[in-house]
Amino acid sequence: VYNFAANYFQEKVIPGHETRSVEALCWAAGDRLFGAGLSGDITEYDLALLCVARSVDGCGGPIWSMAANSSGTQLAIGCEDGSVKLFQVVPGGIQFERNLDRRKGRILCLSWHPSDTHIAAGSIDFLRVFDVCSGNSQPERIMVNYHVLKVRRECIVWSIAFLSSGTVITSDSFGRVQFWDWQRGTLMESHTVSTSAVLSLAVSEKEDSIIVGTSTGATYQFQLLPVKMGSLEKRWVRTKPFQHHTHDVRAVAHSSTALISGGLDAQLVIRPLMEKMQKKGYDAALRKFTFPHRRLVSCARKARLLLFQFSQHLELWRLGSTDETGKDGEVLPLCRMPEHLVQLKSKGPEHIYCSCVSPCGSWVAYSTASRFHLYRVQYEGDGISIKKVPKVPKLLLPAYQLQFSSDSGSLFVASARGSVHVLQLLEPGGCKHLHTFRPPSGSPEAVYLLASSADGHWLAAVGGDWAIHIYDLKCFKHHCTVPTYSCAVTALAIHPVTNNLVIAYSDQQLFEFSIPEKQYTAWSRMVQNCGLHRVWLERDSPITHITFNPKNPSHILLHDIYMFCVLDKSLPLPDNSALLMNQSTLKQLPETARQRQLHAFKICKKFQPLLFADLLDENCLVMVERPIMDIKTQLPLPIQQKKFGT
Amino acid sequence: MYSVATEETLRVMGGHADLVTGVQLNPHNHMQLYSSSLDGSIKLWDFMDGIPIKTFTVGSKLLALYALASSEDSVFVVIPKSGERDTFQLVSVKLTKAAGQDLEAKELSVVLDGVDTSPKRIAFGREGEYVASVKEVNLQVFFFKRKQLNRFSVSAIKTKSGNNHFTCIACHPTEDCIATGHADGKIRLWRNFYHKKDYTFSTLHWHHDTVMDLAFSMEGTSLLSGGVESVLVLWHNESDCQKDFLPRLGSAIEYISMSSDGALCCTLHTDNRITIINSNLRFSKSIQGLIKSKTGLVVDPRTKALVLNGEPGHLQFYCLQSDQQLFSLDIVQRQYIHQAGLNQADLVKVAFSAQGKWLATVEEREEVTDPELQLKLWFYDEETQSFKLNTRINMPHEDHITDMCFREMDELEDDSLILVTAGRDCVFKVWVMVEDTDPEGSVSWSCDFVGSYHNYQATNCCFSEDGSLLAVSFEETVTVWDSVTWDLKCTFCHPPGKIRNICFGRLTCSKYLIGATDYGFLCCWNLLSCASKISLNMCNPVQPLLAVIQRALTAVQEVFVFKPNEPRPIYIQRNLCKEKIQLAAFVPRDEPETIGSEKYHWLRRSQLFFLTDTQELMTLSTKSLEERLTPSSKQLAVEESLPVTPFSLLLGKHRRQQSHEDIDLGKLVHNKHKQESPAVKELLHTPAHVLPSASFLCPIFINSLLISKENKSAEEVADEVEMESEKTEDDSDEERGVTEMEQEDTSAMELLGEMTCKLSKSQEKELRKIRKMDYSWISAF
Repeated sequence: VYNFAANYFQEKVIPGHETRSVEALCWAAGDRLFGAGLSGDITEYDLALLCVARSVDGCGGPIWSMAANSSGTQLAIGCEDGSVKLFQVVPGGIQFERNLDRRKGRILCLSWHPSDTHIAAGSIDFLRVFDVCSGNSQPERIMVNYHVLKVRRECIVWSIAFLSSGTVITSDSFGRVQFWDWQRGTLMESHTVSTSAVLSLAVSEKEDSIIVGTSTGATYQFQLLPVKMGSLEKRWVRTKPFQHHTHDVRAVAHSSTALISGGLDAQLVIRPLMEKMQKKGYDAALRKFTFPHRRLVSCARKARLLLFQFSQHLELWRLGSTDETGKDGEVLPLCRMPEHLVQLKSKGPEHIYCSCVSPCGSWVAYSTASRFHLYRVQYEGDGISIKKVPKVPKLLLPAYQLQFSSDSGSLFVASARGSVHVLQLLEPGGCKHLHTFRPPSGSPEAVYLLASSADGHWLAAVGGDWAIHIYDLKCFKHHCTVPTYSCAVTALAIHPVTNNLVIAYSDQQLFEFSIPEKQYTAWSRMVQNCGLHRVWLERDSPITHITFNPKNPSHILLHDIYMFCVLDKSLPLPDNSALLMNQSTLKQLPETARQRQLHAFKICKKFQPLLFADLLDENCLVMVERPIMDIKTQLPLPIQQKKFGT
Repeated sequence: MYSVATEETLRVMGGHADLVTGVQLNPHNHMQLYSSSLDGSIKLWDFMDGIPIKTFTVGSKLLALYALASSEDSVFVVIPKSGERDTFQLVSVKLTKAAGQDLEAKELSVVLDGVDTSPKRIAFGREGEYVASVKEVNLQVFFFKRKQLNRFSVSAIKTKSGNNHFTCIACHPTEDCIATGHADGKIRLWRNFYHKKDYTFSTLHWHHDTVMDLAFSMEGTSLLSGGVESVLVLWHNESDCQKDFLPRLGSAIEYISMSSDGALCCTLHTDNRITIINSNLRFSKSIQGLIKSKTGLVVDPRTKALVLNGEPGHLQFYCLQSDQQLFSLDIVQRQYIHQAGLNQADLVKVAFSAQGKWLATVEEREEVTDPELQLKLWFYDEETQSFKLNTRINMPHEDHITDMCFREMDELEDDSLILVTAGRDCVFKVWVMVEDTDPEGSVSWSCDFVGSYHNYQATNCCFSEDGSLLAVSFEETVTVWDSVTWDLKCTFCHPPGKIRNICFGRLTCSKYLIGATDYGFLCCWNLLSCASKISLNMCNPVQPLLAVIQRALTAVQEVFVFKPNEPRPIYIQRNLCKEKIQLAAFVPRDEPETIGSEKYHWLRRSQLFFLTDTQELMTLSTKSLEERLTPSSKQLAVEESLPVTPFSLLLGKHRRQQSHEDIDLGKLVHNKHKQESPAVKELLHTPAHVLPSASFLCPIFINSLLISKENKSAEEVADEVEMESEKTEDDSDEERGVTEMEQEDTSAMELLGEMTCKLSKSQEKELRKIRKMDYSWISAF
């Protein structure tokens, strides 16, 4: 779930389930989110607990489509067996209401008329329009492949939309977007946009613009434009094409100011409509999201281990090392190669929520929706043995974030309703529940970020309500709450020397909060007064990890997907006229001029996309890159297209 | 004006003093058209009769013209903005309704500022509601009623293949939609452009290079576009996926125009061609003009057509008399790729043998390091009436071929035919025909002799008229070779400067060898005495005359015509044209022309043609422009509609008799009659007030009526002229009698006798009348 107000921050993630593919999603009855898939179940998600709230069998085989009516009181599902079923959305669940007239042929897409009286359903070779009251369709069916009957190829209606004017828009596997008069069953307009299928379609709220996504990765906008100046006659015209995806565009959405598309290439693209933009700013730029906005890598600094979290397994690697030194830019030969120590496969179909490795490297923990696992890892020479810790305390599942203390003596488990559990780790492989922190005022939301101090005194926890609570670990009590800020926290960390809490927000603001003094530091106030650099604020992706250099307390190390930054608090902040990314220009300047040009942000963009960066010791930094090509090679082949000149 | 049905030139209207920049049909009278010119005037024509109706003088240069149905009495023109260089504006000109032919049109009002000069970059929208203009990356739309100007721009993108500047514009005839073409090959369709912010456009992309022109169909349902690819693209319903193509149009499309009924469209191409295309995108006809030439001006001895480069890889045979292409011969026989910046094989040299039986062509692919050369020899196949490839020689020379000529010996047999090629690789090669070993006895060409001179580059070669001597120029030296033994006979040198051109004199001047050098010297060497005489460039195959083209210091072109044995030119033409003359050729006439003054007597048998830098073909003529431009069809029409007069009846009989004679008596009278009769036709059809004085007409007239014999002296002819027409017939009878004796055939005479008897009474009466007519003007001669 992305929060548009918070710079499109990926605020909530509900981990997946191998057997439950989601074919359709819809919001109903306010903020209730429903999903349906090929498993045949209609699922309601709990957005506070980030898990499945309840599930109802649709009784019609795999569900291909689902749509909620405009008031959000009814859900219609289209099933494999050709039935369209109506469900009533009631408090605490959904209730089967009735079946509409069934015909053979799977219902691939559904759309309600804005007045909730009719439902348009697209199937293979035809579309139907049902009267919700009578449950019949009149006319019986509208054939969509009338023009291409000679070609014995089925025409799949992939997506459908019902406009308030009575026009039904379909997109089909022949690459056509067609406009139908459903009452007469006639075709009004047909636009061939692609040689391959048009998979998805969305209409703007004003019904004057639609977006369609094709299987070649292109999206097209259609606009309802007057034929002549001042005349009432209007026509749908294909206007702008966009090619942001390489694979099928499976889903599109049309907000009032932007076109949003998501595809098989694991990218979410938000393309703002420039003519709807009042001013230049964060919203007026094209946004692409490929990676989750959270940390999937954890690092054992002392043991020099890295733990990678995948959807259904974990990988533990030992870093290679070198004993040689060299100049800037040189690649040093390794004396010890990086080593893949162990792969931990999660049991069952559920995806992993979170994982962590202890700083000493001897504990590994992860959690799925229904289970929490803690492992004891032992190193015997070159060999490695891994042992599951038995009798893990029954906790409130699932765990949303895991964090070991810096001395590896305890584990903090972020849990639902704002609570954080503290487990004491016992040698040689056991654990004990010590305490549970709860926010003093209570909270319905789960904690999703944790930070502990190096001296083991403090613990900071952020919940879904964005409130940051600081707990005292020595006396197990709530210490204080950081003043609330109206944006999502994307990363936080406690400074090992000064015990200042550094917080990064999704609107790219940075705060420093002194835990002992329970107030923002002077530097943080200065940053707020001066404001951050414009280029910094308009960056694409949120800060996902913060770390510190113990040898140089004024340095803060931050990174997002596209850059790594050393923030030097001792240097002045850059103003908007200065160049933010000035490292390459600084190199060419003489020493005296360089001193004048220095500012607090030292940014390196060499490593992209950057998933993780951490300081191992004072002269060793680990960077984890995930090349896009690695992901691309795992995707199915894109549709072959002739490219001119090749 | 051309006929769409027959491709024929119907009418040429002339009257503007400078380049014509715009032609628009008068929207209120479909029989009239407006034309604009750089000379600052707009003319209204009645194009059916070719009469200028009115001339409106605007004053400043007119670069484009637009006429609108909605604007009653004004037209729109593009003029330079006064006071600013390279800035142009679109203005509307009020055309006054006052009487009189020459009018002033000074009432100008500016519509748009900062427009482009190209007429393709301004278009008027639906019912003249708005006007749109593009320049570089900007589009501006002006709404006449609301007086609102909207500007839009595309963000400039520069790639290695070019930029995305606007190149052309077209407006939808019924909807508010503007189509623009771009230099990167995209077509944008703009809509909603009356909103400054909410405007939108869609993109169509097929062209890989600049979109040269766009045109909407009459209903606006389809859009035509064309460019360098030589493919006409028809876009249906503004959709990227529905398009039709008309490929292989020969060369880049410059302009596209739709007929007002939508039945035809035509494209104008860079190679001077108009292609007419049916509405169902089928090629219909093409009107081909002269195409850019690299090969020089060569005359095909068989058709008397000018031969030069046609479409890429083709030879164009261009008929000068009718000013149209006869046919096009594919020489390179390879697919031509229509893309800018590619090196593709093209023709560089062409030579014909004396009777046009053999054709030699050289094609090369321009590569800096190693040129790809091919020499091809073509044989004229009488059956198919076309040239057939006989021999192909790869890399005849190591380097570019500079010149090539056949040994031109009319009388000799085929096996004496020799081709000489001179190359930049410092040798000249002699190619001869050899019989193939296969039983069919076909021939092919092979190299016989390779000659060189001190390792100088061979630049020109030429055979003497009798074929016994070959002159080859090597940079500054001319060498003369014996064509039988290939011995070097002698060398000539005329420093300073390299030899540019050499040729032998003809007929009475065949003992002279003429050479032209870089520095404008023309040398004439007497081959008998080996002494040099005077200084030249072109040779005339018919007459012992030579024309010289020299560039004077002031870049003004001058033409001199010399006789090789006289140091003084017999004709000088100064200020011929502004451009540099590149090539020239004498083209023999089908029939000798009647030339009035002695000064132009050298033009009697042949015509001199020039090709300038700008690929304009010019000729020297004694006739006025209108006379020359009178189309043959019109003449034909006049002839057909002429009332039958006794004289023409008589003449017709006369002709018929002759044709009978031709048939019956074999080749007695040869082709003289055929040649002469048009002269009479001309004499009879030309209005009396434009006829030259009778003293000039007489000899031709007489000649035409007489069956001349080679041994008949001029005096005899003159005597016989005084006889009456019946007598002339008798005369021909006499002649026939001579033949009779030789051939012992009387049937023809009987036939003729019968014919004479068949003259009706009335006709005899008419003849008698003619006899009484005053022919004293003949005696004056």
